[in-house]
This record gives sequence, structure tokens and C-alpha cells, in this order.
Amino acid sequence: MRAALVALLCLLLLLMPVASHAQTASPVTAAAIVEDNRAQIEKPSRQTIGPVIAALAASGDPQAVMILQAWANRGLGLRKSDGAFVLLSEAPEGYALRGLDGSDAGTAPRAEITELRPNAGVRGIIANALVQFQLSDPDRARRAEALTTIARDPAPELLTPLRASIEAETDPALRAQKDRLNRLLTLRFDPDAAARIAAIESFSGDLGLDLRAALNPLLATTRRAAPEGAAFDGNIARTLEPGDDLTETEAYDSLVAAGLAPPRLTTAELKASLAANIVDGAVAGIPLADLNTQAARNRAYTALEVAGTVPVAATDEEVTQIVASHQFVETYAEPDPAITTAAQEVLAGIEIKLGAMQTADLALDALSLASIYFLAAIGLAITFGVMRVINMAHGEFIMMGAYTGYVVQLFIPNYTLSLIVALPLAFLVTFAAGVAMERLVIRHLYKRPLETLLATFGISIALQQLAKNIFGTQARPLTSPAWLDGALTFNDIVSISYIRVGIFVLAILFLMVFLWLMKRTRLGLEVRAVTQNPSMAASMGINPDRINMLTFGLGSGIAGIAGIAIGLFAKVTSELGNDYIVQSFMTVVVGGVGNIWGTLAGALMIGTLQKGIEWFNPSNTLAAQTYMILFIILFIQFRPRGIIALKGRAAGD
Amino acid sequence: MTRTFLARNPSVLWFLLLLSLFTLGVTLLSEAYGLALISTSFIKTLGKTLCLCLAALAMDLIWGYAGILSLGHMAFFALGGYMIGMWLMYARTEAIVITALSNEALPATAQEIQNGIAAQIFGVVGASELPGVWVFAHSLPLQLLLVVLVPGLLALIFGWLAFRSRVTGVYLSILTQAMTLALALYLFQNDSGLRGNNGLSGLQNIPGLDAVSQDRISVWFLWASAAALGLGYLLVAWVVSGKFGSVIRAIRDDEARVRFLGYSVEGYKLFVFTLTAIIAAIAGALYYPQAGIINPAELAPIASIYLAVWVAIGGRGRLYGAVIGAALVSLLSSWFTGGRAPSLNLGFYTVNWVDWWLILLGLTFVCVTLFAPKGIGGLFDLWQGLRHPDRKGAALGPDDGALLEKEAKE
Repeated sequence: MRAALVALLCLLLLLMPVASHAQTASPVTAAAIVEDNRAQIEKPSRQTIGPVIAALAASGDPQAVMILQAWANRGLGLRKSDGAFVLLSEAPEGYALRGLDGSDAGTAPRAEITELRPNAGVRGIIANALVQFQLSDPDRARRAEALTTIARDPAPELLTPLRASIEAETDPALRAQKDRLNRLLTLRFDPDAAARIAAIESFSGDLGLDLRAALNPLLATTRRAAPEGAAFDGNIARTLEPGDDLTETEAYDSLVAAGLAPPRLTTAELKASLAANIVDGAVAGIPLADLNTQAARNRAYTALEVAGTVPVAATDEEVTQIVASHQFVETYAEPDPAITTAAQEVLAGIEIKLGAMQTADLALDALSLASIYFLAAIGLAITFGVMRVINMAHGEFIMMGAYTGYVVQLFIPNYTLSLIVALPLAFLVTFAAGVAMERLVIRHLYKRPLETLLATFGISIALQQLAKNIFGTQARPLTSPAWLDGALTFNDIVSISYIRVGIFVLAILFLMVFLWLMKRTRLGLEVRAVTQNPSMAASMGINPDRINMLTFGLGSGIAGIAGIAIGLFAKVTSELGNDYIVQSFMTVVVGGVGNIWGTLAGALMIGTLQKGIEWFNPSNTLAAQTYMILFIILFIQFRPRGIIALKGRAAGD
Repeated sequence: MTRTFLARNPSVLWFLLLLSLFTLGVTLLSEAYGLALISTSFIKTLGKTLCLCLAALAMDLIWGYAGILSLGHMAFFALGGYMIGMWLMYARTEAIVITALSNEALPATAQEIQNGIAAQIFGVVGASELPGVWVFAHSLPLQLLLVVLVPGLLALIFGWLAFRSRVTGVYLSILTQAMTLALALYLFQNDSGLRGNNGLSGLQNIPGLDAVSQDRISVWFLWASAAALGLGYLLVAWVVSGKFGSVIRAIRDDEARVRFLGYSVEGYKLFVFTLTAIIAAIAGALYYPQAGIINPAELAPIASIYLAVWVAIGGRGRLYGAVIGAALVSLLSSWFTGGRAPSLNLGFYTVNWVDWWLILLGLTFVCVTLFAPKGIGGLFDLWQGLRHPDRKGAALGPDDGALLEKEAKE
């Protein structure tokens, strides 16, 4: 392999001077060609200029590319004094000039030069001639650029230069790209039907957007109409039955478009022609005052028709009759049925694969939404689920966490470092807030859960307004570090942003920490004891006050960390918490109070449901949320205690 | 049971007397009928406050007496407003469209008028057909019937589902909150048929009363709101005074025991829930023509929580408490947030009440819940000499805030 490479390199080195020698020695220079075709180039015509451009492109003179580029960009001109062709570039006083061989020719004021302005058609021909140079340009970036140009604006004449450049391509990535582009162009423009079918079939199972963009025009159809019994020419996609496949109105419209029926009279036109024929306060003998129904207006128009004052227009019965006496088909723009069949087969295969991929993508979306809900709800699962305390200020703890992240970023400009600092800091801040709230307010209300709801709501509106006073009403950014930007892309359809992956990982982490804390530590044991029976726990030497305080602080602290995660993909505003509080409560209630697995199941169910409903109606996320809440209200009918209901003494009653 | 209803409830007479005095006073000070000391906009504010008091009355019945903390009653209030708003908007647009079409050569057909109205109303959401929910909008009596029927049926269905599956306490609160959120999100869509987040507007212009100036209409609405509040007060006082009232208070204090005594707890709850929803809807139907605009933000869960806040600050389980709480807090709110309250200069910081009012309200609310669960109504107990006997730390009953010392004695 290595030897081969070395040999190749030697060959190239040897060839280079030979090639340049050949160019200089070539009898036909670009300048000579331009001179020979002076008249054509001065007044180019799209029909006749082709051979000249082709000759320039084929001359092998490197200057030819320069000339063609300059010509297309209106940088070629004639010096008025001697009529010589010059390449123009902008200079302070008029133009800087260069001769066609690249030599410097001084400067000239604008008045001395006649700029050549080829029209768009000629410029298109020049551009296509240039693509083949770009395709084999030594600069890799230029070659890639040429490929992008072709992919954006495919044209039949690009096929040949593209094919010619594939063999010489050394970059494997570009070569693959060229090959794919070649097949895409072949399936659309190749004159040989067999080659097109082969190209179409070579794409079987491919999910690329560019492929679908190339195949869909092949299958584009037009609706056509003909009298009953007449044969259609062209490649028929399907016949249409008026009433089943298309409405009568559509059918009639296509007849009108084909010139097979008179245009239908709209109510507005009818009204206008009636208004134009008012005689002595009546139209065709019907007084104006009676013309306030459509039936009366139709009668008046028919009377005018009989009198010959207005053109005959089709009535509803006539429309039905005319439509019934015609047949309607859809025909492909592509005349060859073999090609459309092949395209359809390949596209059908793609659709199936596409459906599977979209389902996978939907599942990923649902999973990431579920982990967001889980993160928002896990703090509640502790305060509401374990302690049975309704904390309406939970959303505001999420907001506090997000704002903590924002403030940390103000002081630490490095986003990665600031994230590392912000996570524990947010926990500490909200932990302290939670402990303070528990000691000052909630402790006095353990016996009155409904009033806890109200008191914490009071705190919630106060905190929200306080945040508004401090940070203002506009959204504050919480920027994620660069390594969280972008998305994990599996193919054109299935992808998930790294932030969402991060949130998913964080959710799993929280779940494990929670389980470890509750099942494996002394604190967890005491929390469970106090939850089940505070007085019994107290007599075993556990201080219920302390445990309640710590539990509440823990739940609030987790809300703070969730706040940072949520702030990374949503804007941080003082109303951030509002968007999550009801959903969080729903998650906990649906999942089953007092059980972390229940919360997980609830979050999964709500996330999947919402994404699933959105899938049916993608433009409308509001409807998805509405139906999801309705579903939950109904769900609670059948499982009032949630998906995973506690049984026995742990259930608390 | 020998004494008459009014003799047993002296507060009803007092309330009606004060309400009529207030209405008379405002009328005499108004621009339209008297000394012009009160501006039209303030009369509207007072009229709206009376409607909020009626809604608070409903909230007191469901929460203070039946012990169901519904966080969704503002949904019924707003639905009532939407129902009347549909007629107001339709009738007014109809008049405009007919005037516009009368300039044409031919008299307009019914279909043309319909299309014109639909284009006028729904142009903002990019639709041009009248949605199905507007089918009754041309008729005032039908739409008035819907003011009662739509929220009533919604409450009936929702309540039946919720109470049947024995959802109680905080779970019910969360569920009602979810209901109002779902409704708000639904109405926010442009294709919900109620103009999405644009809502219904121009409701202050009453069709057929173009010749009457707004200062007169505002006083008329004040009278209507006062009458509704007075009637609502009588109705609610009557509902809670008899045997029925005793049963729903018993449900509040110990639901299981009432059930074991053979009462159909669900039936009672459902009746109270639906009745209060209808009262709230009527209050909303009177409120929004004075406010002039209604949009789905009115159904946000926070609005219903504010309703609970008013009742809690006023004092639960007593009807006048709800009215006092709603009037006081909503008027104070509009005073503070309207920018009319003077700023408080602390030397190092100037307290601007527009920014700080919500914080003050929130903290006041926390304090009321903690230290004075009876709210402002507790002051009336002090005034009547009803003090807590020393119970050595034991609670008066299961619901401290709502249970009255007077009831406990009976």
C-alpha cells in the first residue's frame, strides 16, 4: 500500500512539470480563443455561445477559468482606446486592469472601459462550465463548495462533469459524496431509463432527505379531465372518482381549467351582475326588496339568462351532469411508467423505515420529556409523597435554582466551571430556603394540609414577585457549556440534543441517589419511620422535628438542582415554576403518592402521552396538554391512588 | 326550628341593608344620577368588585361550609363570562355588518350577514366560518340559558367523576386546578372557536344601547351586580341555614361519619359543587361586560387560588366574611397595583407598591393562615364576645378555620 502511494506521489511529481509545459506550449491559449470569437463574446447569445464557452473550458489554459469567472461576474471589459479585452477589478479611481494572460495592465477610469454584461442565460452556461473546474480544483474546500452548489441546484448538464470528476477524486469523503450526488442526478436526468432505474434501486432503504427531494418530483402528479370514453395519454397514476377521491367542486374546477366547461358563477359575481341590471328598482321583474335570499337571486339570474342579458352560467344540476359525463385521472409528469414504479417501490420501502425511525425519535422525545417531568416532580415526591405536605412554592424553588445558576454565570464566565459550582450551590440555596420555610410555616400546619397549600401559595406569590423585583421581567439566559451544545444524531430523523441526554442522565442519577438515601442510610430509615408513625418513631429516640426539617430541605434542594437543568433549555423567568407546578403534582398523583417508582411511572406515562398526542396533531402542543390533563382526570377515576398504590399500613389510612 | 329564617340569621338583614345603602350611596355620587363625585371607571371597579364578592360567596359555600377546597371556580366564572360575551360580540358585530351591507345595491341575504359576522369576529385567528359553539349566539335568551347550563353541566360531570371515585382533600384541589388549567390551555388555541388568546373584546358596548352613555350603563350594571349579590347571599344563607346546611358542615368536619349515618355524601357534595359553579358563572356573566374583555388568561389556576385567598382572609364558614375578604383584598389590590398608592420612602430604599404589593399580600396571607385562621371574621367573634375557652391546647374541631365558636356551642 505504502509503496503504491509513494509510486503515485512520484508519478504526480513527474507529471506536474510536463503538464505545465504542455499548457504553455499549447498553440491555443485562452486569450487567442477570446480574440477569435470577439464578436460572439461582445454580444453573446444563449443559443450560440455554447461552443465558445466549451472551447474555453477545454483549452486547458489555467487563465481560461479566470476569464470565465470574470466574465460571469461582469469583470470582463473592453478598453475603448484599443478594443483589447481586459480583466477588471475595483480600484479607487475606476478599474485596475489585467490582460487576458494575467499580466498587469495598469488602471483606467470607468469611462474608458465598456463592461461586458452577459444575460442570466449566458451566465448559467458559464457557471456550469466552471463547475467542472471546481469539481477537480486542487483546493478541497472549493470542490466541496461545488458539490453543495450542485446539490442545491441540480441540472441535467452537470451530470457529465460530475461523473468525469469522480475518478480523480482523492478525498474519500468527497468521493462518497460525489458518488451519491452522481446517483441522485442520474435518477433524475440520465437519458437512459435503465440507468435511472438502477440508480433509483441503488437507494433502496436510504433515509436521506436529499433522496426524498429527488424522488418526489418524479412522482409529482397533475389532475386531468377528459370526456367519458376518451383515452388519456401519458403515465397515469390513478383514476379519480368524483365524490370519493375528489369533491364535485374540485372536479368541476379541473374541468374549467381544461376548458371543458364554462366557469361557475360565484355568489359574488351573481350579485354583481344582478346589481348591474337593476331597472326601476327591480331585476328581471323581481323587486329589489325581495332579493334578500339566494333562491330569489337565482331566479332573477335565470330570468336574465333567458332574456339574454347575462352569459349562461352553470347551475348546480348542470355541474353535477357535466362532472358525471367526464372522467378524471392523475398523471405523472414523468412519462416512463417503469421509472415511476421503481421510484414508488423505493419510496414505499423508505416510508416504512421512516415510520420506524420516527417512532424511535418520538420515543426518545417522550423519554426526555418524561425525565424533565421526573426531575421537576422528584422534589415533590419527597415533600408531598413522603411528608404529605402540599408545597405550592415548589415551582418557585425550581425558579430559585435556575436563578442561582444565572447568578453564578455572572461571576464565573467559564460555563463548565460555573455549572460545576452552580449545581451544589443551587442545592444549598434551596435547601436553606426549604428548611426555613419548614421551620417558620409548615411546622405549624402539619394537621391542616389544606392550609399548608394556601400558606405555601402565599409564599409562592411573594417569591415570584421578589424574583421579578430583583431580576426584572425579561428572560435571563442560562447558557450551557459548549460540550452540551449540539445533538446526538443517529441519522436524518433520529436525533436528541445533548442537554436532553444530560437531563436524562441527571434524572437516573437522582433516582439512584434517592433510592440509596431512603433504603440504605440511617436518615432514610428515620424518614420512613417518621412518615409511618411519628409518635412511635419519637419514642424510639428519633427526633421527628429534625427529620421533617431535613426531609423538606432535601426535597427543596433537589428542586433547586432540577431548576438548573430546566433553566439550561428553557428561558429563566420568574414564572418558570408556574409552568411545571401543576404537571409536577399530576406526575406525583398519577404515579401514586409515597413511592418513587410511582413518580417515575407517572412521569413516563405523562411524557409518552403528551408526545403521543402531539404526534397526532404536531402543530398544536396546547391541545396535547389539554387532552393529557383530561386523560389524567379520567385515569384517576379508575386508579384513584395512582399507578403504584401503597398497600397496608404504609398507605397511611 | 320555630323561629323564622331571618330571625335565625340576623346577619342577612344587616347585609342586605348595608348593600342597599351602599348602592344608593354610589348612585347618588355617580356622574349619571347624582353629584358626579365618583368617576365612571371607579363605578365599574365597584360593580366588578360586587361580582367578585358573589364568586367569593360561592367559594365560601363550597370551601367554608362543605370543606371542598376547589381551585377551579374561576373557570366557571370565566365560562359564564364567555357565554354572555359571545352574545354581546355577535349582536354588536351583526349591527355593524348590517350597516355596512345596507350600502350595497341588493339587500343582503342571511348568509351574507352570517359570513360578514364570521369574518369580522374570526379574522384575527385566520378563520372565516362561525364555529359550531356559536350556534346560539344570535339569541340573548338562549345564551343566558347557556350561562347557567354550560358551567353547571361541566361542574356536574367533573364533580360526579371526582366525588364518585372518592377523591378528597388536597387531591381534589389539585384535580380542580388541573381542570381549570386544561380549560385555559384549550381556550388558548386558535381553533377552539373562541378566538384563542385574543379572547372576546368590546363587551362593554351593549347592543341596542348605543344611545346610552357608558356612565349610565355602568350604574345599571352596578345595580344588577348588587341585586345579584343580594339574591345570592339570601340563597346561600338559606341553603346553609337548615338541615341541609347542617349536613354539609358535618361532611366538612367528618365525612366518613356522615356517610355511616346513611347520608349520600356524594350527592350533597355534587349539589353544592354544581350550585356554586352556577353562582360563580352568573357572577362572571355580570363581571365581564363591565370589564369589557375576556381571554383565557382569566382561567389560569392562579385566579382561582386568589379566590381562596380572599375567602381565607375574610373568614371562612361565614358568608359576610367571604364578601368582606373579596371586597377588601380586590379593592386594595387595584389600589396598590394601580400606582395610586404613595411610595414608601425608607431612606435607603423606596418601596414602590406596584412591585411590592404582591409580596405584602403573600406574606399577609401566610400570617393570616398561621396566626388568624378565622381571618377578618374572627374580629366579629371578638366583638360579640365569643372567645376561645381554654381547651388546654386541644383543637376546636377538625377544621379550625371554618368551624365557628358559635356553632360549637350549639
